[in-house]
Amino acid sequence: MSVSAGTLDRQQLRQQVRGVAAAVADPELPMLTLADLGVLRDVEVEPHGQVVVTITPTYSGCPAMATMRDDLVHALHDHGVRDVEVRVRLHPAWSSAWISDRGRRALAEAGISPPGPVRRVSGPIAIDLSPTRREVRCPRCGSGRAELTSEFGATACKALYRCLECLEPFDHVKEI
Amino acid sequence: MTHIADKDLDHESVYDGLADLEGDASQWAFGTSFEDPLAGVDTTIPEGVDPADLAAYCLMLGDDALVYSHRLSEWCSNAPDLEEDIALANIALDLLGQARLLLARAGAADPRVVPALPEGSPVPAEDALAFFRDDGGFVNVRFVEPDNGDFAVTVARLLVFATWRLALLERLAGSRDPVLAAIAAKGATEVTYHRAYAGRWFLTLARGTEESRRRLETALPVVWRYYADLFASHEVDRRLDEQGVGVDPAGVAEEVGALLDRVLATSGLERPPGPSAGPVSGGTGRDGRHTEALSRLLAEMQSVARAHPLGRW
Repeated sequence: MSVSAGTLDRQQLRQQVRGVAAAVADPELPMLTLADLGVLRDVEVEPHGQVVVTITPTYSGCPAMATMRDDLVHALHDHGVRDVEVRVRLHPAWSSAWISDRGRRALAEAGISPPGPVRRVSGPIAIDLSPTRREVRCPRCGSGRAELTSEFGATACKALYRCLECLEPFDHVKEI
Repeated sequence: MTHIADKDLDHESVYDGLADLEGDASQWAFGTSFEDPLAGVDTTIPEGVDPADLAAYCLMLGDDALVYSHRLSEWCSNAPDLEEDIALANIALDLLGQARLLLARAGAADPRVVPALPEGSPVPAEDALAFFRDDGGFVNVRFVEPDNGDFAVTVARLLVFATWRLALLERLAGSRDPVLAAIAAKGATEVTYHRAYAGRWFLTLARGTEESRRRLETALPVVWRYYADLFASHEVDRRLDEQGVGVDPAGVAEEVGALLDRVLATSGLERPPGPSAGPVSGGTGRDGRHTEALSRLLAEMQSVARAHPLGRW
Protein backbone atom coordinates (compact mmCIF):
# COMPACT_ATOMS: atom_id res chain seq x y z
CA MET A 1 0.00 0.00 0.00
CA SER A 2 1.23 3.44 -0.78
CA VAL A 3 -0.33 6.52 0.71
CA SER A 4 -0.45 9.59 -1.42
CA ALA A 5 -2.10 12.84 -0.51
CA GLY A 6 -2.72 13.67 -4.16
CA THR A 7 -5.11 10.85 -4.99
CA LEU A 8 -7.06 10.50 -1.77
CA ASP A 9 -9.25 12.80 0.19
CA ARG A 10 -8.26 13.51 3.77
CA GLN A 11 -10.73 11.10 5.30
CA GLN A 12 -9.39 8.18 3.26
CA LEU A 13 -5.83 9.28 3.90
CA ARG A 14 -6.52 9.43 7.59
CA GLN A 15 -7.86 5.89 7.60
CA GLN A 16 -4.86 4.63 5.68
CA VAL A 17 -2.23 6.30 7.82
CA ARG A 18 -4.04 5.16 10.94
CA GLY A 19 -3.83 1.62 9.66
CA VAL A 20 -0.09 1.97 9.02
CA ALA A 21 0.63 3.52 12.43
CA ALA A 22 -1.59 1.02 14.24
CA ALA A 23 0.33 -1.91 12.72
CA VAL A 24 3.75 -0.81 14.06
CA ALA A 25 5.03 -3.38 16.56
CA ASP A 26 6.25 -2.56 20.05
CA PRO A 27 10.06 -2.90 20.14
CA GLU A 28 10.11 -4.73 23.49
CA LEU A 29 6.92 -6.78 23.10
CA PRO A 30 6.88 -7.40 19.34
CA MET A 31 3.79 -9.61 19.57
CA LEU A 32 1.87 -6.40 20.31
CA THR A 33 1.28 -3.46 18.02
CA LEU A 34 1.56 0.04 19.49
CA ALA A 35 -2.22 0.20 19.11
CA ASP A 36 -2.67 -3.06 21.09
CA LEU A 37 -0.42 -1.69 23.81
CA GLY A 38 -2.47 1.50 23.99
CA VAL A 39 0.58 3.71 23.42
CA LEU A 40 -0.80 5.01 20.12
CA ARG A 41 -3.38 7.62 21.08
CA ASP A 42 -4.15 9.52 17.92
CA VAL A 43 -3.31 9.85 14.23
CA GLU A 44 -4.40 12.98 12.41
CA VAL A 45 -3.83 14.43 8.97
CA GLU A 46 -3.33 18.19 8.93
CA PRO A 47 -4.86 20.25 6.08
CA HIS A 48 -1.48 20.58 4.32
CA GLY A 49 -0.86 16.83 4.49
CA GLN A 50 1.34 16.56 7.55
CA VAL A 51 0.61 13.46 9.62
CA VAL A 52 0.63 13.99 13.40
CA VAL A 53 0.91 10.87 15.53
CA THR A 54 0.34 11.13 19.30
CA ILE A 55 1.77 8.61 21.74
CA THR A 56 1.68 8.23 25.53
CA PRO A 57 4.70 6.71 27.32
CA THR A 58 4.11 3.52 29.32
CA TYR A 59 6.64 4.43 32.04
CA SER A 60 8.46 7.74 32.65
CA GLY A 61 11.81 6.11 31.96
CA CYS A 62 10.79 3.68 29.23
CA PRO A 63 13.86 3.56 26.93
CA ALA A 64 11.77 2.16 24.06
CA MET A 65 9.98 5.47 23.45
CA ALA A 66 12.62 6.77 21.05
CA THR A 67 12.50 3.53 19.08
CA MET A 68 8.71 3.64 18.93
CA ARG A 69 8.90 7.15 17.56
CA ASP A 70 11.48 6.17 14.94
CA ASP A 71 9.52 3.07 13.97
CA LEU A 72 6.36 5.12 13.47
CA VAL A 73 8.17 7.68 11.31
CA HIS A 74 9.76 4.91 9.24
CA ALA A 75 6.58 2.95 8.73
CA LEU A 76 4.85 6.09 7.47
CA HIS A 77 7.84 7.06 5.30
CA ASP A 78 7.77 3.58 3.78
CA HIS A 79 4.15 4.22 2.82
CA GLY A 80 4.93 7.50 1.16
CA VAL A 81 4.14 9.91 3.96
CA ARG A 82 7.08 12.30 4.10
CA ASP A 83 5.94 14.82 6.67
CA VAL A 84 5.42 13.09 10.02
CA GLU A 85 5.44 14.58 13.48
CA VAL A 86 5.27 12.41 16.59
CA ARG A 87 3.91 14.16 19.66
CA VAL A 88 3.83 13.09 23.28
CA ARG A 89 0.68 13.18 25.38
CA LEU A 90 1.35 12.85 29.11
CA HIS A 91 -2.22 13.14 30.33
CA PRO A 92 -3.98 10.89 31.04
CA ALA A 93 -1.09 8.62 32.05
CA TRP A 94 -0.82 5.26 30.29
CA SER A 95 -2.54 2.41 32.05
CA SER A 96 -2.18 -1.34 31.55
CA ALA A 97 -5.99 -1.26 31.23
CA TRP A 98 -5.42 0.21 27.76
CA ILE A 99 -3.96 -3.05 26.41
CA SER A 100 -6.51 -4.42 23.95
CA ASP A 101 -8.16 -7.85 24.18
CA ARG A 102 -6.25 -8.90 21.08
CA GLY A 103 -3.07 -7.69 22.80
CA ARG A 104 -3.85 -9.71 25.92
CA ARG A 105 -4.35 -12.86 23.88
CA ALA A 106 -1.11 -12.21 21.97
CA LEU A 107 0.79 -11.76 25.24
CA ALA A 108 -0.57 -15.00 26.69
CA GLU A 109 0.22 -16.88 23.45
CA ALA A 110 3.81 -15.57 23.68
CA GLY A 111 4.17 -16.86 27.24
CA ILE A 112 3.63 -13.53 28.99
CA SER A 113 0.89 -13.22 31.57
CA PRO A 114 -1.36 -10.24 30.72
CA PRO A 115 -2.18 -7.62 33.37
CA GLY A 116 -5.22 -7.97 35.60
CA PRO A 117 -7.70 -5.20 36.35
CA VAL A 118 -6.27 -1.91 37.62
CA ARG A 119 -7.46 -0.83 41.04
CA ARG A 120 -7.82 2.91 41.36
CA VAL A 121 -8.22 4.43 44.79
CA SER A 122 -9.08 7.98 45.60
CA GLY A 123 -7.04 9.74 48.24
CA PRO A 124 -3.65 8.67 49.61
CA ILE A 125 -2.55 5.18 48.59
CA ALA A 126 -2.31 2.96 51.68
CA ILE A 127 1.03 1.30 52.30
CA ASP A 128 0.84 -2.46 51.76
CA LEU A 129 3.45 -4.60 53.49
CA SER A 130 1.96 -7.96 52.60
CA PRO A 131 3.08 -9.81 49.47
CA THR A 132 1.37 -8.71 46.26
CA ARG A 133 -1.65 -10.86 45.43
CA ARG A 134 -2.83 -11.17 41.87
CA GLU A 135 -4.90 -13.62 39.93
CA VAL A 136 -2.09 -14.87 37.75
CA ARG A 137 -2.29 -17.91 35.49
CA CYS A 138 0.80 -19.64 34.12
CA PRO A 139 0.77 -18.87 30.37
CA ARG A 140 2.44 -22.25 29.66
CA CYS A 141 0.42 -24.82 31.61
CA GLY A 142 -2.57 -22.71 32.67
CA SER A 143 -2.11 -23.39 36.38
CA GLY A 144 -3.37 -20.76 38.78
CA ARG A 145 -0.63 -21.62 41.25
CA ALA A 146 2.26 -19.25 40.70
CA GLU A 147 4.59 -17.35 43.00
CA LEU A 148 6.00 -13.89 42.62
CA THR A 149 9.77 -13.89 42.20
CA SER A 150 10.14 -10.13 41.85
CA GLU A 151 7.91 -7.11 41.27
CA PHE A 152 10.52 -5.86 38.82
CA GLY A 153 11.50 -7.73 35.68
CA ALA A 154 13.38 -7.45 32.42
CA THR A 155 11.54 -4.27 31.44
CA ALA A 156 9.88 -1.57 33.50
CA CYS A 157 6.41 -2.92 32.74
CA LYS A 158 6.89 -6.52 33.88
CA ALA A 159 7.07 -8.56 37.09
CA LEU A 160 8.66 -12.02 37.37
CA TYR A 161 6.69 -15.12 38.37
CA ARG A 162 7.33 -18.83 38.69
CA CYS A 163 4.70 -21.48 38.09
CA LEU A 164 4.39 -23.90 41.00
CA GLU A 165 2.99 -26.67 38.75
CA CYS A 166 5.28 -26.74 35.72
CA LEU A 167 8.03 -24.76 37.51
CA GLU A 168 8.59 -22.50 34.51
CA PRO A 169 9.40 -18.86 35.18
CA PHE A 170 7.32 -16.29 33.30
CA ASP A 171 6.81 -12.56 32.90
CA HIS A 172 3.66 -10.77 34.02
CA VAL A 173 2.73 -7.33 32.69
CA LYS A 174 2.17 -5.20 35.80
CA GLU A 175 -1.04 -3.40 36.58
CA ILE A 176 -0.46 0.32 36.52
CA MET B 1 49.54 -5.58 10.04
CA THR B 2 49.72 -3.81 6.69
CA HIS B 3 49.20 -7.11 4.97
CA ILE B 4 46.09 -7.86 6.96
CA ALA B 5 44.72 -4.39 6.38
CA ASP B 6 45.22 -4.73 2.61
CA LYS B 7 43.50 -8.06 2.63
CA ASP B 8 40.54 -6.55 4.47
CA LEU B 9 40.12 -4.00 1.72
CA ASP B 10 39.10 -6.79 -0.64
CA HIS B 11 36.21 -7.73 1.59
CA GLU B 12 33.09 -5.94 2.46
CA SER B 13 33.30 -4.52 5.93
CA VAL B 14 30.60 -5.53 8.38
CA TYR B 15 30.05 -1.82 8.87
CA ASP B 16 29.30 -1.10 5.21
CA GLY B 17 25.59 -1.42 5.85
CA LEU B 18 25.75 1.47 8.26
CA ALA B 19 27.20 3.80 5.64
CA ASP B 20 24.12 3.30 3.48
CA LEU B 21 21.97 4.65 6.24
CA GLU B 22 23.81 7.92 6.55
CA GLY B 23 21.54 10.53 8.04
CA ASP B 24 19.19 7.87 9.29
CA ALA B 25 19.59 7.93 13.03
CA SER B 26 17.42 4.89 13.64
CA GLN B 27 20.35 2.61 12.82
CA TRP B 28 21.28 2.98 16.48
CA ALA B 29 19.66 0.71 18.99
CA PHE B 30 17.52 3.38 20.59
CA GLY B 31 17.32 5.81 17.73
CA THR B 32 18.09 9.44 18.29
CA SER B 33 17.91 9.93 22.00
CA PHE B 34 17.76 13.66 21.45
CA GLU B 35 14.15 14.13 20.76
CA ASP B 36 12.26 16.30 23.18
CA PRO B 37 10.47 14.27 25.88
CA LEU B 38 7.84 17.05 25.90
CA ALA B 39 7.41 17.15 22.09
CA GLY B 40 3.96 18.51 21.31
CA VAL B 41 3.14 19.15 24.98
CA ASP B 42 1.76 22.63 25.69
CA THR B 43 4.32 24.16 28.08
CA THR B 44 2.58 27.50 28.56
CA ILE B 45 3.11 28.82 32.10
CA PRO B 46 -0.13 28.98 34.14
CA GLU B 47 -1.39 32.49 34.74
CA GLY B 48 0.14 34.40 37.62
CA VAL B 49 3.09 32.02 38.03
CA ASP B 50 6.67 33.28 37.87
CA PRO B 51 8.47 31.16 35.25
CA ALA B 52 11.66 31.33 37.35
CA ASP B 53 9.80 29.85 40.34
CA LEU B 54 8.28 27.06 38.29
CA ALA B 55 11.68 26.20 36.78
CA ALA B 56 13.34 26.25 40.22
CA TYR B 57 10.65 23.99 41.63
CA CYS B 58 10.91 21.47 38.77
CA LEU B 59 14.69 21.46 39.21
CA MET B 60 14.29 20.58 42.89
CA LEU B 61 12.03 17.60 42.20
CA GLY B 62 14.06 16.66 39.12
CA ASP B 63 17.40 16.80 40.93
CA ASP B 64 16.05 14.65 43.79
CA ALA B 65 15.11 11.99 41.24
CA LEU B 66 18.28 12.34 39.16
CA VAL B 67 20.77 12.12 42.02
CA TYR B 68 18.93 9.30 43.75
CA SER B 69 18.55 7.45 40.46
CA HIS B 70 22.29 7.59 39.89
CA ARG B 71 22.99 6.50 43.46
CA LEU B 72 20.63 3.51 43.19
CA SER B 73 22.07 2.54 39.81
CA GLU B 74 25.37 1.85 41.60
CA TRP B 75 23.77 -1.36 42.85
CA CYS B 76 23.77 -2.65 39.28
CA SER B 77 25.79 -5.91 39.35
CA ASN B 78 26.37 -5.47 43.11
CA ALA B 79 23.03 -6.39 44.67
CA PRO B 80 22.59 -9.43 46.96
CA ASP B 81 20.92 -11.38 44.17
CA LEU B 82 19.78 -10.96 40.59
CA GLU B 83 16.16 -10.09 41.44
CA GLU B 84 17.19 -7.21 43.71
CA ASP B 85 19.74 -6.06 41.14
CA ILE B 86 16.99 -5.83 38.53
CA ALA B 87 14.51 -4.27 40.95
CA LEU B 88 16.88 -1.49 42.03
CA ALA B 89 17.90 -0.82 38.42
CA ASN B 90 14.20 -0.57 37.46
CA ILE B 91 13.51 1.85 40.30
CA ALA B 92 16.54 3.92 39.23
CA LEU B 93 15.21 3.91 35.64
CA ASP B 94 11.76 5.14 36.71
CA LEU B 95 13.36 7.97 38.66
CA LEU B 96 15.64 8.83 35.75
CA GLY B 97 12.58 9.11 33.51
CA GLN B 98 10.89 11.40 36.02
CA ALA B 99 14.07 13.48 36.26
CA ARG B 100 14.27 13.82 32.49
CA LEU B 101 10.70 15.10 32.23
CA LEU B 102 11.09 17.47 35.18
CA LEU B 103 14.38 18.92 33.94
CA ALA B 104 12.86 19.34 30.48
CA ARG B 105 9.89 21.09 32.09
CA ALA B 106 12.30 23.37 34.01
CA GLY B 107 14.19 24.26 30.82
CA ALA B 108 10.94 24.95 28.93
CA ALA B 109 9.57 27.11 31.77
CA ASP B 110 12.66 29.29 32.04
CA PRO B 111 15.48 28.72 29.53
CA ARG B 112 17.76 30.87 31.68
CA VAL B 113 18.33 27.92 34.05
CA VAL B 114 19.96 25.87 31.28
CA PRO B 115 23.78 26.09 31.26
CA ALA B 116 25.24 27.62 28.10
CA LEU B 117 27.14 25.18 25.89
CA PRO B 118 29.49 25.79 22.95
CA GLU B 119 27.75 26.83 19.76
CA GLY B 120 26.68 23.82 17.72
CA SER B 121 26.35 21.55 20.75
CA PRO B 122 23.57 19.02 20.17
CA VAL B 123 22.97 18.59 23.93
CA PRO B 124 19.26 19.13 24.78
CA ALA B 125 18.21 21.27 27.73
CA GLU B 126 17.55 18.42 30.14
CA ASP B 127 20.96 16.87 29.45
CA ALA B 128 22.69 20.25 29.80
CA LEU B 129 21.03 20.58 33.20
CA ALA B 130 22.00 17.07 34.26
CA PHE B 131 25.58 17.05 33.02
CA PHE B 132 26.80 20.63 32.88
CA ARG B 133 25.84 22.11 36.24
CA ASP B 134 28.34 22.02 39.10
CA ASP B 135 27.39 20.68 42.51
CA GLY B 136 26.51 24.18 43.76
CA GLY B 137 23.91 24.44 40.99
CA PHE B 138 22.09 21.28 42.09
CA VAL B 139 19.09 21.78 44.36
CA ASN B 140 18.32 18.20 45.45
CA VAL B 141 17.79 17.39 49.13
CA ARG B 142 20.93 16.12 50.89
CA PHE B 143 18.91 13.05 51.91
CA VAL B 144 19.60 11.37 48.54
CA GLU B 145 23.33 12.03 48.42
CA PRO B 146 25.10 9.63 50.84
CA ASP B 147 26.67 6.40 49.66
CA ASN B 148 24.31 3.43 49.41
CA GLY B 149 25.85 1.65 52.38
CA ASP B 150 24.74 -1.96 52.75
CA PHE B 151 21.41 -3.35 51.57
CA ALA B 152 19.71 -2.41 54.85
CA VAL B 153 20.74 1.26 54.53
CA THR B 154 19.52 1.24 50.92
CA VAL B 155 16.15 -0.29 51.82
CA ALA B 156 15.58 2.09 54.74
CA ARG B 157 16.53 5.14 52.66
CA LEU B 158 14.36 4.02 49.74
CA LEU B 159 11.39 3.49 52.07
CA VAL B 160 11.68 7.02 53.46
CA PHE B 161 12.36 8.59 50.07
CA ALA B 162 9.51 6.81 48.28
CA THR B 163 7.02 7.52 51.09
CA TRP B 164 7.95 11.22 51.00
CA ARG B 165 7.99 11.53 47.23
CA LEU B 166 4.70 9.69 46.81
CA ALA B 167 3.06 12.09 49.29
CA LEU B 168 4.34 15.02 47.20
CA LEU B 169 3.43 13.50 43.82
CA GLU B 170 -0.10 12.57 44.92
CA ARG B 171 -0.72 16.23 45.74
CA LEU B 172 1.11 17.54 42.68
CA ALA B 173 -1.19 15.52 40.43
CA GLY B 174 -3.65 18.34 41.11
CA SER B 175 -1.15 21.10 40.23
CA ARG B 176 -2.37 24.08 38.26
CA ASP B 177 0.53 23.46 35.87
CA PRO B 178 -0.87 20.69 33.66
CA VAL B 179 2.62 19.49 32.67
CA LEU B 180 3.78 19.11 36.25
CA ALA B 181 0.43 17.52 37.13
CA ALA B 182 0.80 14.91 34.37
CA ILE B 183 4.42 14.09 35.30
CA ALA B 184 3.40 13.75 38.96
CA ALA B 185 0.35 11.56 38.27
CA LYS B 186 2.50 9.22 36.19
CA GLY B 187 5.34 9.21 38.73
CA ALA B 188 2.95 8.43 41.59
CA THR B 189 1.99 5.07 40.06
CA GLU B 190 5.68 4.19 39.71
CA VAL B 191 6.73 5.34 43.19
CA THR B 192 3.86 3.34 44.70
CA TYR B 193 5.70 0.22 43.50
CA HIS B 194 9.01 1.55 44.90
CA ARG B 195 7.48 2.19 48.30
CA ALA B 196 5.89 -1.26 48.41
CA TYR B 197 9.20 -2.88 47.45
CA ALA B 198 11.12 -1.03 50.16
CA GLY B 199 8.37 -1.57 52.77
CA ARG B 200 8.31 -5.32 52.25
CA TRP B 201 12.08 -5.60 52.40
CA PHE B 202 12.14 -3.40 55.50
CA LEU B 203 9.78 -5.81 57.26
CA THR B 204 11.69 -8.83 55.95
CA LEU B 205 15.01 -7.51 57.25
CA ALA B 206 13.45 -6.54 60.60
CA ARG B 207 11.92 -9.99 61.12
CA GLY B 208 14.61 -11.95 59.32
CA THR B 209 17.77 -13.04 61.06
CA GLU B 210 19.57 -11.50 64.00
CA GLU B 211 22.10 -10.14 61.53
CA SER B 212 19.55 -8.59 59.18
CA ARG B 213 17.79 -6.92 62.11
CA ARG B 214 21.07 -5.66 63.54
CA ARG B 215 21.95 -4.15 60.16
CA LEU B 216 18.57 -2.44 59.87
CA GLU B 217 18.89 -1.02 63.39
CA THR B 218 22.32 0.33 62.47
CA ALA B 219 20.93 1.77 59.23
CA LEU B 220 18.19 3.89 60.80
CA PRO B 221 20.33 6.66 62.35
CA VAL B 222 22.42 6.79 59.15
CA VAL B 223 19.32 7.35 57.01
CA TRP B 224 17.53 9.68 59.44
CA ARG B 225 20.51 12.04 59.58
CA TYR B 226 19.01 14.09 56.71
CA TYR B 227 15.33 13.36 57.45
CA ALA B 228 14.53 16.94 58.51
CA ASP B 229 15.70 18.29 55.12
CA LEU B 230 12.79 16.52 53.43
CA PHE B 231 10.22 18.71 55.16
CA ALA B 232 12.02 22.05 55.31
CA SER B 233 10.11 24.45 53.09
CA HIS B 234 11.96 26.71 50.72
CA GLU B 235 10.53 30.08 49.71
CA VAL B 236 9.82 28.70 46.21
CA ASP B 237 7.86 25.81 47.78
CA ARG B 238 5.75 28.24 49.77
CA ARG B 239 5.06 30.63 46.90
CA LEU B 240 4.08 27.86 44.48
CA ASP B 241 2.01 26.11 47.13
CA GLU B 242 0.01 29.30 47.62
CA GLN B 243 -0.52 29.53 43.86
CA GLY B 244 -1.77 25.93 43.63
CA VAL B 245 1.20 24.83 41.52
CA GLY B 246 3.65 23.28 43.99
CA VAL B 247 3.47 21.56 47.36
CA ASP B 248 5.06 22.84 50.55
CA PRO B 249 6.86 19.75 51.91
CA ALA B 250 6.22 20.89 55.49
CA GLY B 251 2.59 19.99 54.84
CA VAL B 252 3.33 16.30 54.21
CA ALA B 253 5.54 15.78 57.29
CA GLU B 254 2.74 14.47 59.46
CA GLU B 255 1.37 12.03 56.89
CA VAL B 256 4.82 10.70 55.95
CA GLY B 257 5.81 10.39 59.62
CA ALA B 258 2.63 8.45 60.42
CA LEU B 259 3.13 6.05 57.48
CA LEU B 260 6.75 5.41 58.45
CA ASP B 261 5.82 4.95 62.11
CA ARG B 262 3.35 2.28 61.07
CA VAL B 263 6.03 0.37 59.15
CA LEU B 264 8.45 0.82 62.04
CA ALA B 265 5.87 -0.41 64.56
CA THR B 266 5.05 -3.47 62.43
CA SER B 267 8.78 -4.14 62.32
CA GLY B 268 9.17 -3.68 66.07
CA LEU B 269 11.43 -0.67 65.61
CA GLU B 270 11.35 2.99 66.51
CA ARG B 271 12.51 6.16 64.84
CA PRO B 272 16.14 6.78 65.78
CA PRO B 273 16.60 9.52 68.38
CA GLY B 274 19.79 10.94 66.84
CA PRO B 275 20.05 14.59 65.74
CA SER B 276 19.49 15.66 62.16
CA ALA B 277 22.30 17.32 60.23
CA GLY B 278 22.08 21.08 60.47
CA PRO B 279 22.42 23.60 57.65
CA VAL B 280 25.79 24.64 56.23
CA SER B 281 26.35 28.42 56.06
CA GLY B 282 22.63 28.81 56.63
CA GLY B 283 21.60 26.56 53.76
CA THR B 284 20.89 22.95 52.77
CA GLY B 285 20.59 21.03 49.51
CA ARG B 286 17.77 23.22 48.20
CA ASP B 287 20.17 26.20 48.47
CA GLY B 288 22.94 24.36 46.61
CA ARG B 289 24.82 23.38 49.79
CA HIS B 290 25.63 19.72 49.61
CA THR B 291 27.64 16.95 51.18
CA GLU B 292 30.90 16.00 49.56
CA ALA B 293 29.28 12.71 48.48
CA LEU B 294 27.39 14.66 45.80
CA SER B 295 30.60 16.05 44.29
CA ARG B 296 32.01 12.56 43.87
CA LEU B 297 28.74 11.26 42.44
CA LEU B 298 28.55 14.09 39.89
CA ALA B 299 32.21 13.70 38.95
CA GLU B 300 31.45 10.17 37.81
CA MET B 301 28.03 10.88 36.31
CA GLN B 302 29.14 13.93 34.32
CA SER B 303 32.68 13.08 33.22
CA VAL B 304 31.89 11.56 29.82
CA ALA B 305 29.36 14.21 28.77
CA ARG B 306 31.72 16.98 29.82
CA ALA B 307 34.65 15.51 27.92
CA HIS B 308 32.56 15.70 24.73
CA PRO B 309 30.27 18.75 24.89
CA LEU B 310 29.75 18.52 21.14
CA GLY B 311 29.30 14.75 21.15
CA ARG B 312 26.38 12.97 19.56
CA TRP B 313 25.40 9.76 21.31
